[in-house]
Amino acid sequence: MSRLPPALGITAVLTLAFLYLPMLAVAVFSVNTTRYGLEWGGFSWKWYVGLFQNDQILEAARNTLVLAVASTLIATVLGTMLAIALERYPWTRRARTFLDNLLYLPVVTPDIILAAALVVAFSFLRLISGIFELGMVSMIIGHVTFQIAFVALVVQSRLRSLGRDLDEAARDLYANYSYYLRRVLLPLLAPGIVAGAMLAFTLSLDDFVISFFTAGPTSQTLPLFIYASVRRGVTPEIHALSTLIFLVTVLLVLLSERLSRRAA
Amino acid sequence: MNRLLVWYGELGTAGSILRRGLMFLLPALLWLLVFLILPGLALVAVAFAERGSFGEILWNFSLENLSRLLGYGIFGWSPDNLIILARTVWVAFITTLISVLLAYPLAFFIASRKLHQRYVWLALVIIPFWTNLVIRTYAWQLLFAPQLPFAQIAAALHLIEPGTALNPSSFAVYVGMVSAFLPFVVLPLYSSVERLDWSLVEAAQDLYGSRSRVFFQAILPQTLPGLTVGVILTFIPAMGMFVVPDLLGGAKYLLVGNLIQQQFFSSRDWPFGAALSLGLVLLTLIALQIYRRSGKEVDLV
Repeated sequence: MSRLPPALGITAVLTLAFLYLPMLAVAVFSVNTTRYGLEWGGFSWKWYVGLFQNDQILEAARNTLVLAVASTLIATVLGTMLAIALERYPWTRRARTFLDNLLYLPVVTPDIILAAALVVAFSFLRLISGIFELGMVSMIIGHVTFQIAFVALVVQSRLRSLGRDLDEAARDLYANYSYYLRRVLLPLLAPGIVAGAMLAFTLSLDDFVISFFTAGPTSQTLPLFIYASVRRGVTPEIHALSTLIFLVTVLLVLLSERLSRRAA
Repeated sequence: MNRLLVWYGELGTAGSILRRGLMFLLPALLWLLVFLILPGLALVAVAFAERGSFGEILWNFSLENLSRLLGYGIFGWSPDNLIILARTVWVAFITTLISVLLAYPLAFFIASRKLHQRYVWLALVIIPFWTNLVIRTYAWQLLFAPQLPFAQIAAALHLIEPGTALNPSSFAVYVGMVSAFLPFVVLPLYSSVERLDWSLVEAAQDLYGSRSRVFFQAILPQTLPGLTVGVILTFIPAMGMFVVPDLLGGAKYLLVGNLIQQQFFSSRDWPFGAALSLGLVLLTLIALQIYRRSGKEVDLV
């Protein structure tokens, strides 16, 4: 296509600006010396320095990373296996429909419902066992539950684009199943698996609702910390923290863009 | 006699191949059964239980929570909860509508760039979408402060009192919601626009179709798959949203999500929270059903 009405182009650019305006505001205030109010008091990095001296924030950052890495690892393994099972094995039509619906369920359910259901289930578990406390484990479980579907969908679309030729070739050359898995299927799937894992990782970093319900009193993540600060009345460190998280997101997007383009 | 068959990289009987399939399937299946289906059933069960005086759950079967949802309480009938439910649907609808209206120009704009530039523009849409929602919502709060231009323009137009912030208000909620969900419409819509068959559009123009006719008869039907995905990815999570109304709407502009969150945290009334969740699920199912009815295939990938 070549001709685009200028009004359309202007609307598009303004819409993009609208998406970036909030981040720009936060970044500007993160280097402002004024502690209270929004007047410009001069440029300073001091809130960034304060960030790295704040134990609560460092603890929350560590929790966020542990949560994202652990849940991504589990969800990537389970999601990849699920995708292979769905795409490569002859299920009956009815089983297939059931599995597809099961897969779409966490995608279309509002996250607050999954969060509420998990809290109720965990409290039953605690009632029965007497030991289970909400914390990192319950957050990891919650995150994996919504990540699995996204990993599976990404890997599934990669599997669909592969076709059967190389599988048949491996068979014809007498590869046994584990050899075929290690040397043929997984290497071919790798770009899809990496893309799925990246998606799961960012979904975990981005999540607020599931963590909010399942975190319990002891384990805090960065989004929970920011939310609590916003409710209490913000300190300027929050602007610095938000700006850093935004920059990390930019890096992640560029990285995954690079990876997926190399894969294509 | 079991016949051997070749199935992708395997040679085996139908039974052995199916066993291998189950081996791949079971871990994720069990996970989803234990942490998705069972909790869902528990939530349904709790919706029919009663709240004890210390916030504990009493297992007396009752329909009280559902009748409370419809507005019947100890002080007689009040429409409060129904108003919140209706507002939830309305806000989700308006959010979706505005997002779609803004997403079309953006999707066409990206598709009109040169091939190697499109990645850059797409990344520009993806970055806010991947930035934490709490941060983006808080940032709007910041921008709506009384000293900044937005609130001052609104005050000059006599829309708000001078010296007050633009939030909490319904306007602030819409701005927050649209900025949260816009990328969910732009990305699937773009993938449809990219595959658009322009010869049909040109044919429509050659036949002197008016601009609106060209759009509705040559462009819209072709972008329907992407649009459908975008609308579903926006409308349903928008109904469950509580971060944006919480931070930008204040107590005056609650949605069902806020009500659920309150029941689980401040009031510790899980049975009513569960009943509200069922109400939200019901709304979600109705929305999906309306989409199925309209004859469009729902495919999220």
